[in-house]
Amino acid sequence: MDADPVFKALADPARRALLDSLRLRGGQTLSELMQGHAMSRQALTKHLDILEAANLVVSERRGRERLHHLNPVPIQEIADRWIGRFQAGPLRALADLKKSLEDQDDDH
Amino acid sequence: MTTSRFLYVTYIRTTPEKLWEALTKPEFTRIYWHGVTHVTDWTPGSDWKLVFADGRVADSGSIVEAEPPHRLVIAWQNQFRPELAAEGVSRCTIEIAPQGETVRLQVTHEIDADPSKFIEAVSGGWPAILSNLKTLLETGAPLPMANEAPKD
Repeated sequence: MDADPVFKALADPARRALLDSLRLRGGQTLSELMQGHAMSRQALTKHLDILEAANLVVSERRGRERLHHLNPVPIQEIADRWIGRFQAGPLRALADLKKSLEDQDDDH
Repeated sequence: MTTSRFLYVTYIRTTPEKLWEALTKPEFTRIYWHGVTHVTDWTPGSDWKLVFADGRVADSGSIVEAEPPHRLVIAWQNQFRPELAAEGVSRCTIEIAPQGETVRLQVTHEIDADPSKFIEAVSGGWPAILSNLKTLLETGAPLPMANEAPKD
């Protein structure tokens, strides 16, 4: 996983506010997002591009509009990387140890 | 009536065929679906069930569309929490598209209720399942997960 774009996207409070807003109400258009956030259309588009590049926002075309959704999967992947794997390492080490011990038995 | 609609997207270094297999074969799904199993033959019109390890049915419905290895649509209704079951049948669309050296997996879950308790419930589950699926396909080992079967 390339986590850099995710951390960069999350480093800006305005972009985190956009994610909060999409968490509360998914599928917002650019105009709807502009109403809730005091920024120009140009600034909003730039922030959304960064969030989309990080896969934190997914947009889909509906007629003439573009609907924006929060995609929390990259944040889950970051959590799994440092929390889930913490357990995975020792478990895999144990599995590998068991396998190598059993393989030695086979050699006898 | 308004619709609640959630999208989940992940990019996995694999092939559409392997991803389809991981999404539909019980020996794979059991590993990354928190111990629940899909019971279905994955053909359009067939029944579909999500079953806890202890045999209770979590959700049920039917396969609406199945185009291996690109698209899967499930008519999906909760069965173990009455307030979620009362919202009726949701629609889960799974789309697989190759993108460069990865495969883009999109899960869209929607229901004709807004706000929706059902969508709220699945929105906590999908990111963990997709992250776990990605780990399984890219490293061959899933993350260890607690069995999350809810209590009655």
